[in-house]
This record gives sequence, C-alpha cells and structure tokens, in this order.
Amino acid sequence: MTYLDHAATTPMRSDAAAVMSEALAMVGNASSLHSSGRRARRAVEESREGIAAALGARPSEVVFTAGGTESDNLAVKGIFWARRAADPRRRRILASAVEHHAVLDAVEWLVEHEGAEVTWLEVDGHGRVRPEVLDEALRAAPDQVTLATVMWANNEVGTINPVSELAEVANSYGVPLHTDAVQAVETVPVDFTAAGVSALTMTGHKIGGPYGAGVLVLSRDVECTPVLHGGGQERDVRSGTLDTPGVLGLASAVREAVEDRPRHTDELRRLRDELIDGVRAAVPDAILNGDPGTDTAASGDVRLAGNAHFTFPGCEGDSLLMLLDANGIECSTGSACTAGVAEPSHVLLAMGADAQAARGSLRFSLGHSSTAADVQALTEAIGPAVQRARSAGLPGLRQASVDSTTAPTEV
Amino acid sequence: MRVLAAMSGGVDSAVAAARAVEAGHDVTGVHLALSAQPGTLRTGARGCCTIEDSRDARRAADILGIPFYVWDFAERFTEEVIDSFVGEYAAGRTPNPCMTCNEKIKFEALLDKAMALGFDAVCTGHYARLSLDEGAPVLRRSRDESKDQSYVLASLTPEQLRHAMFPLGDSLKTEVRAEAAERDLAVAQKPDSHDICFIPDGDTKKFLDAKLGERPGNLVDAESGEVLGEHSGVHGFTVGQRKGLGIDAPAADGRPRYVLSLEPVSGNVKVGNADHLGVTEIDATRPIWPSEQPLEGPTECSVQIRAHGETAEAVAEVTGDTVRVRLREEMKGVAPGQSVVLYHPEAEGDLVLGSAKISATR
Repeated sequence: MTYLDHAATTPMRSDAAAVMSEALAMVGNASSLHSSGRRARRAVEESREGIAAALGARPSEVVFTAGGTESDNLAVKGIFWARRAADPRRRRILASAVEHHAVLDAVEWLVEHEGAEVTWLEVDGHGRVRPEVLDEALRAAPDQVTLATVMWANNEVGTINPVSELAEVANSYGVPLHTDAVQAVETVPVDFTAAGVSALTMTGHKIGGPYGAGVLVLSRDVECTPVLHGGGQERDVRSGTLDTPGVLGLASAVREAVEDRPRHTDELRRLRDELIDGVRAAVPDAILNGDPGTDTAASGDVRLAGNAHFTFPGCEGDSLLMLLDANGIECSTGSACTAGVAEPSHVLLAMGADAQAARGSLRFSLGHSSTAADVQALTEAIGPAVQRARSAGLPGLRQASVDSTTAPTEV
Repeated sequence: MRVLAAMSGGVDSAVAAARAVEAGHDVTGVHLALSAQPGTLRTGARGCCTIEDSRDARRAADILGIPFYVWDFAERFTEEVIDSFVGEYAAGRTPNPCMTCNEKIKFEALLDKAMALGFDAVCTGHYARLSLDEGAPVLRRSRDESKDQSYVLASLTPEQLRHAMFPLGDSLKTEVRAEAAERDLAVAQKPDSHDICFIPDGDTKKFLDAKLGERPGNLVDAESGEVLGEHSGVHGFTVGQRKGLGIDAPAADGRPRYVLSLEPVSGNVKVGNADHLGVTEIDATRPIWPSEQPLEGPTECSVQIRAHGETAEAVAEVTGDTVRVRLREEMKGVAPGQSVVLYHPEAEGDLVLGSAKISATR
C-alpha cells in the first residue's frame, strides 16, 4: 500500500504507541489526590512541559483538548466571547477564506447565533494571506475586532502563511491572532512566543501521535471563555478529565517530530520534489497548486515540505482517487471532512480557481512514514489513471442529450 | 466482470450487490449523492438521499468487503430529473421522474462514467428480469409482481440494458429481506421507499408551487365551455384527478367532476364527468425497443400506463415515430407525459416489447 495522505492522518510513531499502551494499563485521574492520581498528574505535567518547550511556549500556556477541532472552536468562540464581554463594541472576527472548517464553521456559527460580524481575509493565488490585507482589515475599525484567525499552513495546498508578520500587524492594533498550526508542526519550525501569536491549535494525529488529543496554546494574557463547562481542569478554560494516555502519546510524538524536524523536512522536500517532477513528467499539463517556490524565502518556508497538490484538467478528482485506490495508492481530493462527497474546495475557489478545476484536484501528502518507493508507485500509476479519468470526463461539461421536452401537446 | 453496484442504502441494492459479489464479479459500490444543496450535507437530512442512507450503503459495502465511494451527481440530477419534472408539469404533462432517473442518471451518467473507468456493468436492486438472447436484451416483469419495476426500466435502450444487471428479478421481496438478514446486512428491515425521492414530504403540489409560482388559469367545463372557477397553475392537476378541484357549485347532472385535460398555453383545466375520462386510443412518440425489435404491423399486447398501474389489452401499431395504441377496454387517467409500456404476456414473465411517451389520447 502506498499511503500519500499524511495531511489527513499519520501512522502512529512506535514510541508514542508504546507509552500510550503502558499508560492505558494504569489507573489514575490526574485530578485525584492519592498516589495514583499524583503519578498521573506528574506524567501530564511532564508532558505539558515537554510540549511547551517544543513549541516555544510556557507550560501554563498549554491547554489540553480533544484535538484540532476543539482547539479551533475554543480559540475562536472563547476569545470572541471574552473580548466582546470586555467591550461590547467588539463584534468583528477577521478570518482567512481558506481556513479549515473547524474555524470557518465556528466563525459562521458565531455570525448566525451570537451577532458576530466577519471580514473574510482574501488570499492571493497561492492561498496566502498577505500582512497588508490583515492591516487593511484592522485599520478600518480596530476597536471593533475581537480576534483574527489565520492558519499557519493550509491543509489542502500546503501554502505557509507569514505568521510572525501577521501577528506583528495584529499586535500593533492590540488584537489577538489565533493560528491553526495543525499541519505545520511536523515540518515548520513553530515557535509560539517568537511568532507573537496569542493562540495556536495543534493536534496529535497529524504528527504521528494519537487521535483525539490536541492542544490549544493560549497566551497567559488572553482571556478565553470556556466552551465546555465542568471541573475546570485546564486553567478553567477547558473542562473534562485529562486523557493521560493521550497526553503522554501526544507529548512523545511532539518531542520526536520536533527533534527530527530538520533532517526529516529536508528528506520530505527531496521526496516531494521527486513526486512533483514525476507527476509532471507523466502528466505534462498537471497544474501544481499552492506556492511553487523552492520552500524558503526571506521570511521562512513558503510551502509544506510534504505537500503536493495538483489540478488534472479534464479529470474528476473522485474518478482519479478511485482508480489510484484500486492500485493501492491512497490520496485525497482535498479536505476529508465533506462526508465523502467531493464538493469544490473552498480553498481553491478562494485562490481563484473555477469550480471545474477545483473538482479535478488531488492532494498527495508525504510524512514520516513516506519512502522513495511510495513516490515511484505514484509516478508510475498517475499517467494511465489520468488518461482513464479523462475519458470519464467531467459530468458538468457533458452536453445534455436529446431532451424530453417537445412542444406542449393539448388533447 | 468489473461491476459497479449503485447502492442507495436500501435493502434491495445491498442484496443485489451481494449477489454480484457472490457471482464472482469484481464489485465496487457507489452511492449517488443527488441533492442539489451540498450546504446541507454535513448538517442533516437532505431532500433526496440522506446522509443516513449514504452511511447505510457504506455499512452494507463494508459487510460485503467491497470498495465504496460516494459520487456526486447532484448537478446532473437537478438538470435531467428535477428540472425536467418541473418543466413537464408546467407543460401540462405528468412525468415519471424515476423513469427519467433510470434513463438519464443511473444508466446514462453513471453508466457512462463507469464504462470509461473500466467497469463492464452497472448493477442495481430493481425488480425486473433481464437476460440476453443472442446479444439482444430480454426484459421481463419480475417474479414478485407486486414489486415489479419493469415499467420504469422499459425506456432503457438496448445498449443501456446490455450493461445493466438486475440480480433481484427472480426473487420475492420477502426473500430479499430474509437474505439480507442472513447476510447480516443491517438494512434488512429498512422500510421501502415510496415517494418521489426529491419531495420527501410527498407534497408534489407544494414543491411545484415553490418552483413555478402562480400561473393562474380557469377551470372550464369541457362540454359547455363555462368557466367554473380559477386555479393557480395547471401544474397542480393531473388528468383523472377528482379531489381538490375547488369548484363549489355541483355539476348540472350532479355527478363528480374529473380533470379531463390540461392546456398550459391558455391555462385552462378542462373538467367533466367520468364518461369523458375514458380513453380508448393513445398516441405515443419516440418509442424505445429494448430487444431491438420494433413492432411489425398491428400487434396484440398488454399495456401499462403508470408504475404499478393496471394493464389493459390492446393492439399497437407503429407509424413513423408514433405508436398508436387501440385499447380493447377503456382506461381512465391516461395523461400525456406518462409512458405507455407494451408487454407480451408470457409464462416466464411478461416480456417488455417497448415503451413510448404518451402525446395524445382519445
């Protein structure tokens, strides 16, 4: 099997799996006062310190959650509520148009139910939010803005945003910036404090850690209203008994991913470039979406090292996906969150692609388990698959056949 | 063969796919997403096939151990089935959208795509018997007469039928449910679907009103020409309809009134007593001959004019592109836009001779 869908989820690292299995066999609520409880608490706090160190944050800024979606919801809703409560004039949210649905839908929910107003930050043709776009959106009425949210790296096309520059702009207006760094942590040097952001989402299963375990890194000086109410276990911002095995697995995966990052990122880039060259050789008119740059610019990386996202003109993404799947090659038509139906990607549409092109796209994402053999398998299979998918065409482009309407006949 | 099984999430298509697997075919399951509102996909029920149906189909595919995908045919379905359904009603005709869906979606859009992607056939859970006789398709009523769907398949061309597979034709519905239970398919007890799938509340008039708006016209006595009342659009009526005409004054002869004909251009809905409702002659156009054998000369046959409707004995004859059907006994409620399907009664299941769209009645 050739697994080219690391942006959806990654195989678990063996160390993370091992510490989790060990922890699963132990009893102990990290909030309990007896020795089993203290042992669990110690394991959680050591994990917290490890994660904080790896992400350039303080331990007290690490809030454990049940994953990326919860972290995004907590950041967007929690900061919105807290900042509006502090000053009722604040109702506006600035969000990039290419955010993950966990952010997009949370923002839209606030608009529908909480009287929020939203400014969608436009992206350029690569899917990037330019600092001047944020500046312009803020300048209009900075005192009405609750928060800005811009992802660190896009899950579909792999474009990396200039997060520190964006944070600098937001901070200059006194507005907190949240960033969804779910896709970034494995290959981009993510440093919470150095970047100057106020809140940062990450999750375990995208970096070889467990599902259902994530973090919201939340700056100490940012107020955040809870979404989940209960025991207040995490800084009174998040309630729920801590998932000690999940936290341990997450910490192990973060440590390994961050330690490995420099070597791993170079390796991934090399593989990814081979993949891009191979696909282009087999399908000369394939269009690479996202930033085609050579990964580094003055301000840092511009494209995720493991991401290759193509439009194959004249093909439907779901046809291609099925044909590749039948050959043991697993990839994605974009975000996997659309209930199995290939909707045109909102990311590609925001980047200016038309709906047809958006439906004819595939994402190949490499990660810590990827090998040269994976790339070779794809480059061998993609040519015939595209040829066949093209003959199946795009349903929207078909001419309607002889129609069933003749002139009305009256009896 | 490489077979694409269209899986609606119901018990029939699940068992059909299971039988294709058991017959040794290389089967892939596909659920067709037909809703035109992708925005509602993630949040709940759709007008057509719900997320729950899609999940049921997926779970059936899991049990069968076959790959499963959801393919989006919403645009094609809207264009070819829903828009045409609305257009036909606006033109005073009575369409059968399931028939259109078979013709244009399952055995055109889906079949074309399947063939291009390397499949040999599309398998569905329809109740009809299909075989090949020296390369010519032979389409018959199913063994389960109460479930027979040969009517809504009769408009498929020979080429479409050559790549179709209906593994349930020789089974009773009760047998199919029992088999689903034996195979541990969770859909074994799922209720049958009845209404038009894109009108889940079954209120066709409300659906058409929303699409077409008010198109006022008169209710006219067919004999005297007297205007008996007003209505908000011919799309609210079907030939043979008795209820809901909204005429207060009783007829002079005291007998119930029925819709006799619809005239979309003038907006007139002509009504009269049941004597005028009977039809003895039908003209139908654009015939399809599933076995590639057009009628030769006047042919004795049995005709059916709606899904699950009764049949009548008749003599049919082809002239040019028109089939003229002379009924041996009167039929009521024959509406332009419906299909007339011609059968030849046979012991091994009535044979479908052909079908055509009704254009005029006398």
